[in-house]
Amino acid sequence: MATSLGLAGVTLAACGSGGGSGGGEDVDEALSSVDVACEPYEEYGDLEGTSVSVYTSIVSPEDQAHIDAFIPFEDCTGVTVEYEGSRQFETQLPVRLESGNAPDMAYVPQPGLVERLVTDFPDSVFPVGEQAEANVDEYYNKSWKGYGTVDGTYYAAPLGANAKSFVWYSPGAFEENGYEVPETWDDLMALSEQIASDHPDAKPWCAGIESGNATGWPATDWLEDMMLRTAGPDVYDQWVEHEIPFNDPQVAEALDMAGQVLKDENMVNGGLGGVESIATTPFGEAGLPILDGSCFLHRQASFYQANWPEGTNVAEDGDVFAFYLPGNDTESQPLLGGGEFTLMFADRPEVQALQAYLASPEWSNAKAKVSPPGWVSANSGLDPANLKSPIDQLAYELLTDEATTFRFDGSDLMPAAVGTGSFWTGMTNWITGEDTQSVLDSIENSWD
Amino acid sequence: MEFLLNTGTPVEKFIVMGIAILLFVAVMAIVLFLTDRPRMPQWITVLAFLGPAAVLVVFGLVYPAIRTIINSFRSDNGQEWVALANYGDVFGNSALRLVLLNTVLWVVLVPLVSTAVGLVYAVLVDRTRFEKLAKTLVFLPMAISMVGASIIWKFVYDFKPTERPQTGLANQLLVWLGFDSQQFLLTWPWNTFFLIAVMVWIQSGFAMTILSASIKAIPDDIIEAAKLDGVTNWQMFRSVTVPSIRPAVVVVITTIAMATLKVFDIVFTMTGGNFDTSIVANEFYTRSFVRGEGGIGATLAVLLFVMVIPIVVYNVRQMKLAEEQR
Amino acid sequence: MSQATTVPDVPGPAPTKSTGPRKLTKAEQRAVDAKTRLSSPWASVIAIVIAILWSVPTLGLFVTSFRPEIDIRTSGWWTFFGDPAVTWANYDAVLYGGSTNFIDVFVNTIVITLPAVIIPITLALLAAYAFAWLDFPGRNMLFVAVFALQIVPIQITMIPLLTQYNNWGIVGSFWPIWLSHTIFALPLAIFLLHNFMMDIPRSLIEAARVDGAGHVKIFFQVLLPLLVPAIAAFGIFQFLWVWNDLLVGLVFGSAQEVAPLTVRLADLTGTRGTAWHLLSAGAFVAMVVPVTVFLLLQRYFVRGLLAGGVKG
Repeated sequence: MATSLGLAGVTLAACGSGGGSGGGEDVDEALSSVDVACEPYEEYGDLEGTSVSVYTSIVSPEDQAHIDAFIPFEDCTGVTVEYEGSRQFETQLPVRLESGNAPDMAYVPQPGLVERLVTDFPDSVFPVGEQAEANVDEYYNKSWKGYGTVDGTYYAAPLGANAKSFVWYSPGAFEENGYEVPETWDDLMALSEQIASDHPDAKPWCAGIESGNATGWPATDWLEDMMLRTAGPDVYDQWVEHEIPFNDPQVAEALDMAGQVLKDENMVNGGLGGVESIATTPFGEAGLPILDGSCFLHRQASFYQANWPEGTNVAEDGDVFAFYLPGNDTESQPLLGGGEFTLMFADRPEVQALQAYLASPEWSNAKAKVSPPGWVSANSGLDPANLKSPIDQLAYELLTDEATTFRFDGSDLMPAAVGTGSFWTGMTNWITGEDTQSVLDSIENSWD
Repeated sequence: MEFLLNTGTPVEKFIVMGIAILLFVAVMAIVLFLTDRPRMPQWITVLAFLGPAAVLVVFGLVYPAIRTIINSFRSDNGQEWVALANYGDVFGNSALRLVLLNTVLWVVLVPLVSTAVGLVYAVLVDRTRFEKLAKTLVFLPMAISMVGASIIWKFVYDFKPTERPQTGLANQLLVWLGFDSQQFLLTWPWNTFFLIAVMVWIQSGFAMTILSASIKAIPDDIIEAAKLDGVTNWQMFRSVTVPSIRPAVVVVITTIAMATLKVFDIVFTMTGGNFDTSIVANEFYTRSFVRGEGGIGATLAVLLFVMVIPIVVYNVRQMKLAEEQR
Repeated sequence: MSQATTVPDVPGPAPTKSTGPRKLTKAEQRAVDAKTRLSSPWASVIAIVIAILWSVPTLGLFVTSFRPEIDIRTSGWWTFFGDPAVTWANYDAVLYGGSTNFIDVFVNTIVITLPAVIIPITLALLAAYAFAWLDFPGRNMLFVAVFALQIVPIQITMIPLLTQYNNWGIVGSFWPIWLSHTIFALPLAIFLLHNFMMDIPRSLIEAARVDGAGHVKIFFQVLLPLLVPAIAAFGIFQFLWVWNDLLVGLVFGSAQEVAPLTVRLADLTGTRGTAWHLLSAGAFVAMVVPVTVFLLLQRYFVRGLLAGGVKG
């Protein structure tokens, strides 16, 4: 089971470099500039001697920053937070709930899973407390509240976030060849054609969707990004809510647009093989051919920066960087993203206090300070200066930009049997040769 | 009692371990001491010997199995009674039918090929100078976890385009021989065969060890008699060696078949069940715990029980035969 | 699921070894030497091919575990021999890279393994004795049922067992892991040890009974000494299975204080499913103890199997 990857494991665990920040002095130093003062914590009341258990999918080494970010809260309130991460989080959490062994709180990486937990275990989950809800109302775009709401009750408060509409490239290679960062989808396609004719030995794009038993998820992101561009956010919402069928012609159009890149032998798969190699290339390795020039473009989320080999300079003038996957025109700015949520399985005051803390700017800033590059949240109280890398700052900028039309990763919102099942396998089959219509038909059939 | 549940330092852990073992020994000793009286009714003795194991097995295996059978008639969240709908879904879905077909391929091929390889190898290295080393090499995969073995083989099958430096040994061999590199794990049914090869790799050592032991136990006089008749080596193998070790072969095939039905680590680690490689044990896990389709998952588990019935029946017949001979 | 499920029962043929050791003549020796060998050049070729197929993949991973990350990604492990570049960085990352102390998980694995080997073997021995030498109604039916229970997948037991452990308040300690390993080992252990016991001549038991020995006395004084090789053989298998187990450790022992080596390695190497440098080193760390134990005890293992195969 070593390589099983739930989507949670992928998106969350990948958020951070392999280095891992040790605890101790560095952390104290990093945090001391934010809040030595305990005033913001006084509203939580006297919680001395209590403890809260937190269960997540985030494991070593990425867990260290989470543990460190509890420190100000623990120091000021006297609560002990017991952190436990497991790669098998998504399979184990329902098992624990069913057997009456629930943690006090879980970091749930998909709204779809929140909904399933609320439906299946109505007696175990508790709505978001007042203080936490006040924080969410104040610091988050209201769409984030929607993702944590099930049947009108607000259950899950936002934690971290990520932006997925990015294309990784090598600034050096672009400069050498005189390529410009494209600003519309058509520019991007023109650039791809240009690269294909300039570099017969290389391919413009590289991609990989292999991810253990979560294989296929990077391709679902492709389709979702295309949906936002061809059909627009409103149709996207209808599609995710299953108000239009999964095999609607508008979805087929979006998938064919993704196919212009992913299923065209002239476009892929730089340095990795033919179209089929996308299915077997691990998502973490798929962008690496950019480094040796056998590929120029790789569409993957902001957290992909953790996958570059040690010593790679991620910056606008460095070895690699990412640009925003452009919209149809310069006016529209659709952004696909994801994030985690906190869900309570106990409503003791200390658990509520922790949830409120995790939704507060204090936490987001503390977390940013102790995290290695590759972490952002959508909290408007987060000071971008605390973020470690330019790509995180760019992601944060897009996430909080008024002009952005943000949409949550659709596969995370759909029922598990589709969002973590037939959608993944369907996209995998699509890559390995099945045609657009029959893939969409079979996913539609699995949605009941 | 608290210290038995909360262990911090290594020393505490070892102490608790010691207590656990002593506690177990003490309980068993008391039970046996109390029941071992002359004139004790037979059923009490049976209870004392069989009881502890029976209680654990009923609690830990029988009860969950019955629960699963019941769940296979319920909806995915376990709330509604759906009768045979889940079974209809399984057999009506072409992807799941393929899962069943793959499982049959596994359970037929793995025991047969492993046993054949193990037998041939046992015969070939028997009484050669390197016998011990040769056997250790083949047996070693048994000591490696399934996950470890899967990692090893995933690395062997690793794919890179033909014109690039290869990192997987299998593709490097193809390239050296002038062929194009291949995606071993992508195309059905070849990918299933390549996964089956991993299980064969693990199980052959087991077959080899047991069969080798039986070969060595063939009485010398039988061999000598055959020699005097002037049989060739092949005839010797076919008409003396194989019949003599038949009971051992049956046992080897049975145990490997049972293990194969349950194995899920290999598929899970190497392909995650993608590219039409899934088998029942893996599909059951994915459906039940990843996709939240508990009903379908339970149904697949029941089908696993059903598939084992022929094996059980066959072994019961063998046991009866052995009983009669006793 | 596991190696444990493949423990042998070897009701081999019943040779008559009544002649006892005597010196063979040269001609006899030669005849015996060649008794089953298919001696031809082809035979040697086949044997060598099998030996290579069975050892080279492991060797490849072993070499890989000492190569720098960038080399692993860009060239095959066989190029190492032309241009050796050795690094301990991969092992360093696996052993000390995370937040948990490696010594702790190692201790946990040992603490889990010993009782999980001893307890099921003891219980299975007693049960096997009952099935082999006590007469009671429904005996054969029960035995077949136990045999068939081998097929119950561990996954379906997770929720019912965890629910009970939780009710008893023992979740987070070693007890659920020991109990679970014991339960999962029992069907196979009973089946196997029963077959070994059946191979012990009835006359030995009858003789003891005539002397007035009770069942406990017969069990400990007559049977146990004869069963030592079989117990050792099964013990080694159970040891390998428990040591290599991930699923039981994951479900019943995920708490930090009791998590075994495998759980920790799975988390470490799984963060990026294709980090070959971590996977290869991790796989070898996990492999060292079971392989060593197996190599050291190999002799007993084979002897145990033979004990089952050769009656009296």
